[in-house]
Amino acid sequence: MAHAQQHYYVPHASRYSVLLSVGIFLLAFGFILKLNSISAGLFSMLGGVAAIVFVLFGWFGAVIGENASGKYQIWEDRSFRLGMIWFIFSEVMFFAAFFGVLFYYRVISVPELASFDPQFTPYPGFTADWPSSGPKGPAFQPMAAWGIPAINTLILLTSGATLTWAHWGLFANKQKQLVLGLALTIALGLIFLFLQAHEYQEAYTKLGLTLKAGVYGGTFFILTGFHGLHVTLGTIMLIVVFLRSMKGHFSADRHFAFSAVAWYWHFVDVVWLLLFVFVYWL
Amino acid sequence: MSTTTAADTHAEHHDHPAGFSRWLLTTNHKDIGNMYLIFAFVMLMVGGAMILTVRAELFTPGLQIVKPELFNQLITLHGLIMVFGAAMPAATGLANWMLPMVIGAPDMALPRLNNWSFWILPPAAVMLVTPFVLGLAGIGTGGADTGWTMYAPLSVQTGWGMDFTIFAVHMLGMSSILASINVIVTILNMRAPGMTMFKMPLFAWAFLLTAFLLIFIMPVLAGGVTMLLMDRHFETNFFNAAGGGDPVLWQHIFWFMGHPEVYVLLLPIAGVIPHVISAFARKPSFGYTAQVWSMIAIAALSIVVWAHHMFTSGMSTGAQLYFMYSTMLISLPLAVLFYCWIATFWRGSISLETPMLFALGFIVFFGWGGLTGLVLADAAADAQYHNAYFLVAHFHYALYPTTVMGAMAGVYYWLPKWTGHMYDERLGKLHFILVAIGMNLTFLPQFLLGLAGMPRRIPDYALQFADLNMASSIGAFILGISHLLFIYVVIKCVRGGQKAEARAWEGADGLEWTVPSPAPYHTFETQPVVK
Repeated sequence: MAHAQQHYYVPHASRYSVLLSVGIFLLAFGFILKLNSISAGLFSMLGGVAAIVFVLFGWFGAVIGENASGKYQIWEDRSFRLGMIWFIFSEVMFFAAFFGVLFYYRVISVPELASFDPQFTPYPGFTADWPSSGPKGPAFQPMAAWGIPAINTLILLTSGATLTWAHWGLFANKQKQLVLGLALTIALGLIFLFLQAHEYQEAYTKLGLTLKAGVYGGTFFILTGFHGLHVTLGTIMLIVVFLRSMKGHFSADRHFAFSAVAWYWHFVDVVWLLLFVFVYWL
Repeated sequence: MSTTTAADTHAEHHDHPAGFSRWLLTTNHKDIGNMYLIFAFVMLMVGGAMILTVRAELFTPGLQIVKPELFNQLITLHGLIMVFGAAMPAATGLANWMLPMVIGAPDMALPRLNNWSFWILPPAAVMLVTPFVLGLAGIGTGGADTGWTMYAPLSVQTGWGMDFTIFAVHMLGMSSILASINVIVTILNMRAPGMTMFKMPLFAWAFLLTAFLLIFIMPVLAGGVTMLLMDRHFETNFFNAAGGGDPVLWQHIFWFMGHPEVYVLLLPIAGVIPHVISAFARKPSFGYTAQVWSMIAIAALSIVVWAHHMFTSGMSTGAQLYFMYSTMLISLPLAVLFYCWIATFWRGSISLETPMLFALGFIVFFGWGGLTGLVLADAAADAQYHNAYFLVAHFHYALYPTTVMGAMAGVYYWLPKWTGHMYDERLGKLHFILVAIGMNLTFLPQFLLGLAGMPRRIPDYALQFADLNMASSIGAFILGISHLLFIYVVIKCVRGGQKAEARAWEGADGLEWTVPSPAPYHTFETQPVVK
C-alpha cells in the first residue's frame, strides 16, 4: 500500500451506537403498533426519534471534533471516502430494485395479465396500456411530464452545477464562492421539495393519482417518494456542510464531508433523471 | 477533546473501558468479533430449540405438541433466525476477528461503524421474536407464519407478525450492509504494505466477495419488504393482480436476494477451508489464482440465477431454460474450488485434528448438497421435487456443512490464537463425530421422504413416512446435544489447557500466526511488510 502514514487512528470507545440501535428499535416498534391501531405506539416512535436525533448530533459532532484535533490524516480519509462510495452503491441498488419493479410491470406482468384467454381470466377485456391501475383499480390521470416535473428536472440539474461551482471555489480557496454556491444549492433543493409537495397535492386532489391507483400509483409514489426523502436528507446534509463552510472547516485538500455530500447529491440528481424519463415521460 | 494532540492518541488507545461498558462501547475488532460469534451461537440455540420442537412434533404421525398455526411460526422463525441471526453473524464474527490479522491491519477500517453493525443485531432479533413470544402469551396474532420466504399474497394477508418481521429484516439488512462496507474498506485500504490483491490470503478474498454480494442484494430485499408493508397497510397493489400487480414479483425480489444469499453463506467458508486444509496437509494451498477467479465467477453467476427457485411458479420456457443452464454453470467454478481443495491434500503430510475433520466433513457433505442441487436445478425434474422434503434435505446439506461445520473448522483452527490455549482434542473429535452422525441421520432420511412424496412444511403426515421421520428427529436431537458439548469445549479452552504457541499448528501459515497466542488486544499497530 502506498501510504507513508504509520499509525491508524482507532477510536477507543463509541457511546452512540447502542443508543442509536435502541432508537431505531423504538421507532420501528412504535410504528408497528400504530399500524395495528395501538395509539400508544406514538410515544415509542417519539422516543426513538429523539434518541436518533441526539445520536446524530453527538456522533457527527464527535467525528468533526476528532477531525479538528488532527486525528485523521490521509489514511483515515481514504477509509471514509471508500466507505461513502460503497454506501452510495447500496443506495443505487435500493433504487435499482424499484426501477426493476417498474420495468417488470411495464414489460412483463401487465402485458401478461392482459394476454390471457378471456374465457379463463377473471379480468376479460383488460388491456395492457401503460399507465395502468390494473383491471380493478380506480380511474386516474397520470402526472404530465412537461409541467412541474420538467421544471424540477431543470432545478436539480442547476443545483448540481451550483454545487460543482462551490466545489471549484473550495479548490481555489475562494470562501465566498464556496458559501454562495452551497446556499444556492440548498435553495434549489428546497424549491424542488416545495414543488414536489405541490405535485403530490395535485395528484391526490385533482388527478385521482393516489397510492390506491394500482401499479402506476404504487410505483409513482414509491419511486418519487423515496427520491424526495433522499433530497430531504441531502438538503439537510448540505445545510450542515454550509454551516461548516461558514466556520471554515474545509480546505482545498481536506474536505471529505463536502465531497461525500456532493457525491450523494449528484447521485440523487441522476436518480431523478431516470425517474423523469421512465416514470413521468415515457 | 479538541485540545488532544496527535501525540497522546496513542496513549488513549490503550485505556479501554472495563466491565460491562467495555462490551457496549468497544471498537476493538476482537471484542466485536467475540460478540458476533457469541450472538450467532445463541441464535443457533434459539433457532435450534424451535426446530427441535418441530422435529418433536414430527417424531410420530398425528398432532401431539404444537398446533398447525404454531408449527408454521416455528418453521418461519427457524429459517429467518438461522440465516440472518446465526449463519451471517457467525461469518461476520470470523471476519472481525481474523480479517485485520490476516492482512496485517491494526483494526477494521471503520471501528465505530463496526460496533454499530453489531449492536443493531440484538434489537433486530428481539423485533423478530417479540410477536411470537407475545403470541404464546395470548397477545396478538403470533409471529410470522409464512415460511422464511414470506411469499405474497399470504404475507400481505397474515397477522402482525409480518410487520415485526419486515422491520426486523430492515434492521438486519442495515447491519449487514454496514458490516460489508467495513469489510470492503478494510480490505481495500488496510492491507499491510507489499500485500497486493493477489498476495492477499484467500480468506480476505472470500470476504471481499461476500461483502460485495451483500451490498448488492440487501437493499433490494429492503425495497421488497417496504412494498410488502405498503401492500399490507397503505392500500397499494404491488402484489395484487386486481391493481395490475403480481404476486410472483415478490418471489423475484426475494430470490434476487435469496439466491446470492446462499453464496453469502458459502463464500466465507470457502475462504476458511483452504487455510485449514493447507495447515493440516502441511502444504501451501493448491491453485491460489484458480480459487480466486472461481470465487469471483461464483459471486458473479450467483446474481443472475435466482429464478431457479421458481420453476413451478409460472414463467416462460425460455426463462426456464436460461435459469436452468445458468444455475448448472455455477457448478463449474464450484468444482474448480473442490479440485483445488482436494489437490491440496495430494502428497501432503496429513493429520486429522478437529479443524481438519470439520473441513473434510464440509467438503464431503457439502458435495452431496451441491450434487442434489443439480437435480433441483433441472427445470423438468424440479417439477417433481419442488416443495417435497427432498428440497429440505438438499438445502440443509448445502447449508449445514457450510455454516456450521465450515464455521466450526474455522473456530477450532483459530481457537488457540483467540484463547491462548489448545482445546481438548478428544472432546473436539467427539464433537465432530456427533455432528457428523447427527447431521446425516437428520437429513439423509429427508431425501428419501421427499422422493417418497412427503411435502415439506406440514405438521402431520401419512403413516408410511413414520419410520424415516422418527430417524430424522432422533438425528436432530443428537445434533442439538452435540453443540452443548461444544459450549463445554470452548469454556474449558478459555479457562485453561495446554499453552498455545504463536504458531499453534506447525503447518499453519499467515500473518495471524506471527503474533503471540492469545493475540494481544491490539495487533499490527505497526504494519508488517509483506514481500
